[in-house]
Amino acid sequence: MQEINKEKKPLIVAFCCNWCSYAGADLAGSSRLSYPADVKIIRVPCSCRVNPMFILKAFQRGADGVIICGCHPGDCHYTTGNYYARRRMSLLFSMLDYLGIERERTRVEWVSAAEGAKFSKVMNEFASKINELGENKRLEDLRCKN
Amino acid sequence: MQKLETLMLEKAKNLLSSGEVSRVLGWKKGELGYDVEPSVFTSAQSLDNFVYNVFCGANLSKYLVQETKKEGKILVFLKPCDSYSFNQLIKEHRINKDKVYTVGVECQGKIDNYKLKENGIEVVESFDEEVDFVTVNGKKFTKGEIVLGKCSVCEKKLLDYDEVISINEKRSPDKDRFEMVKKLESMTADERYAFWKDQLSNCIRCNACRNVCPACTCTKCVFDNDNSGIASKANSDSFEEKMFHIIRAFHVAGRCTDCGECSRVCPQHIPLHLLNRKFIGDINRLYGTYQAGEDTTSKGPLTDYTKQDVDPSDVFGG
Amino acid sequence: MKKIAISNIEKLYNEISSLQELYLPVKKAGATNFAKYENGVDVDIKSLQTVKSAKDLFFPQSEDMIDFKVSGKNIEIKDARAQSNPFVLFGVRGCDLKSFEVLDKVFLQEPVDTMYKSKRDAVTVITLACNNPESSCFCKVFGVDPANPKGDIQATIVGEEMFFEPLTDKGSELLSKLTTLEDGDEKAVESEKKEISQKVEKLPFVNLDLSNFKGENLMELFDRPEWEELSKACLGCGTCTFVCPTCQCFDIRDFETNDGVKRFRCWDSCMYSEFTKMAAENPRKTQMQRYRQRFMHKLVYFPANNGGEYSCVGCGRCVKKCPQSLNIVKVIKKLGGKN
Repeated sequence: MQEINKEKKPLIVAFCCNWCSYAGADLAGSSRLSYPADVKIIRVPCSCRVNPMFILKAFQRGADGVIICGCHPGDCHYTTGNYYARRRMSLLFSMLDYLGIERERTRVEWVSAAEGAKFSKVMNEFASKINELGENKRLEDLRCKN
Repeated sequence: MQKLETLMLEKAKNLLSSGEVSRVLGWKKGELGYDVEPSVFTSAQSLDNFVYNVFCGANLSKYLVQETKKEGKILVFLKPCDSYSFNQLIKEHRINKDKVYTVGVECQGKIDNYKLKENGIEVVESFDEEVDFVTVNGKKFTKGEIVLGKCSVCEKKLLDYDEVISINEKRSPDKDRFEMVKKLESMTADERYAFWKDQLSNCIRCNACRNVCPACTCTKCVFDNDNSGIASKANSDSFEEKMFHIIRAFHVAGRCTDCGECSRVCPQHIPLHLLNRKFIGDINRLYGTYQAGEDTTSKGPLTDYTKQDVDPSDVFGG
Repeated sequence: MKKIAISNIEKLYNEISSLQELYLPVKKAGATNFAKYENGVDVDIKSLQTVKSAKDLFFPQSEDMIDFKVSGKNIEIKDARAQSNPFVLFGVRGCDLKSFEVLDKVFLQEPVDTMYKSKRDAVTVITLACNNPESSCFCKVFGVDPANPKGDIQATIVGEEMFFEPLTDKGSELLSKLTTLEDGDEKAVESEKKEISQKVEKLPFVNLDLSNFKGENLMELFDRPEWEELSKACLGCGTCTFVCPTCQCFDIRDFETNDGVKRFRCWDSCMYSEFTKMAAENPRKTQMQRYRQRFMHKLVYFPANNGGEYSCVGCGRCVKKCPQSLNIVKVIKKLGGKN
């Protein structure tokens, strides 16, 4: 895939919760708001479904940035899921930073089903940030990059 | 220390002969004095090899997960740091408390065998509190120089015991346990990356840190499970050791009592406790001071939340 | 006999590495292991023992075998084995050198392990006598003389100088190319060797009795009740097997990349609960059984199949590194005979 398009483009994985952020992405689309095609969305039932392993595996498999989107705190479809996700991701991202991995490569944003515009804005911002940072070198798995 | 050992031995013998307990979990003499090993004693006779000295650094609490599944009650000697792990295991329902008789024992810090061995030991002159040893190069060391990293900053008290055997007041630490974490945090990302790259590239994935950890009690670890897609016996890429240590530290975050066993056992001297202490430091800073294992009922910081918790984007104060 | 002043030794490293790749004990992040000599590395030649043994150079912890690359309906198969250029291994102690003999028996027997052989053939080994063997050393029990570690070239530190003695043609050839060395006198080396031998005699484990470890005692040893107690504290980690110079078990595994599979082999440990797991079940269910397997293999099965040669060399790494201070010495003392 990357060989066809020689220019190396950043790859961004976005974990979006089914109830808010995924619907937000839908709304962005149907409102004809653009966001970069480098963003690959993975739908999860809730932001708290995201295991730290998912994030590391995304980086291993070639992601240059990982973003997690969920309902606004207080609006979780399962009442409390995103509260737990918030604590987990705070700790995990702080740990990645502690290991010297660029802190801008990971992000959490709360995007509701009505916030198509926000979704588009967040993704554009995040993609340009990742573009600035360039390729993920510090959490790469050489075996996945021939 | 000698006196402490005599008191412990007496206790063990009494409880065994009265039938109160059927086994004793303690430490057994080695061949060289410094190679003390954890052991289960079943008779007064076998207690001849019982020992308690500055080399008893091993945390005995995890052995209780298996031992309390057996018939009869077991006597266990717990140092202050062990007692926190013990409590945490009770909280997680890994130990049947009814089958344990706990005796808290005084500890004034234990010796780091690796620091000792790395200098090449010729003789250990005393196994008592004031240990002296001579290296193969004729260099002399005293206890203070070779104490375990975890002991030099230990603030732990003896908790939750049926009885206590203690003669002297515990010395309080003169160092801040977050000193090195803070130092790392104040470095640039590049420096931190270089530091951890050097450290973690030494990892040989022997899994000693995981297997000794009292918080790692999964029946089957995800890294041993072929179906998980990440099982790997030996790391074959620098990514793997990072993944292993991040995931392991994260999995014990909020449950790690900072007993320091991971760093004690690492054959490559990787300061793994610095990963756990980072989580502990962050938890204290973001969610209020929390010491895992201090009690057996409170909710852990990662199984709890408040509505005002900080957002991940604001963790760095940005 | 050649010599060099220790203060000048960096020059020697530079000269050797200009001829061939040079591997020697290097200290990184507090731990000394064999690594390639490059500018700026912290050479730790005087350390008695590296954490991982020198077997890493012939039988690395993990090494690539085959790459499969999938595109559409095609699978491309590539030989991923690393090429081995001639290299020099410097600072090997007597125990580690002896371990090469043990490994050779396993990997160079038919069918020959080509990955091991290519590296083994490419090496010139410079050993180093142990001026200060320590209390955990018991190599003498297994017939190793730390004063005469053998190899292609044998080096001995005497005071502030290092002496080199070629023992094979390969060794003489390398020595003759090294211009930084000057001619040395044998007398000093002889007296140092004597001194080492005297030190060895005083070590605590120098007289371990192995007489009981014989093939004909196999079943008796296997059923000994002491195994239970010996293995009681075992955590089931792989430290002893990974630092051991003679442990040679490996696993072959596949790593799925984004567009194919990389097949590699990596060290395995008989201490792990997954070791010997088969489709139906695992024949060794308890840690005691795994623990027993390790020592029975080293002290009974291996010698029974290899003309009485034990697959322990007495390096003492397990004595030093076991998290809970279990080790082969405790096993030998309990089961070996009159200890």
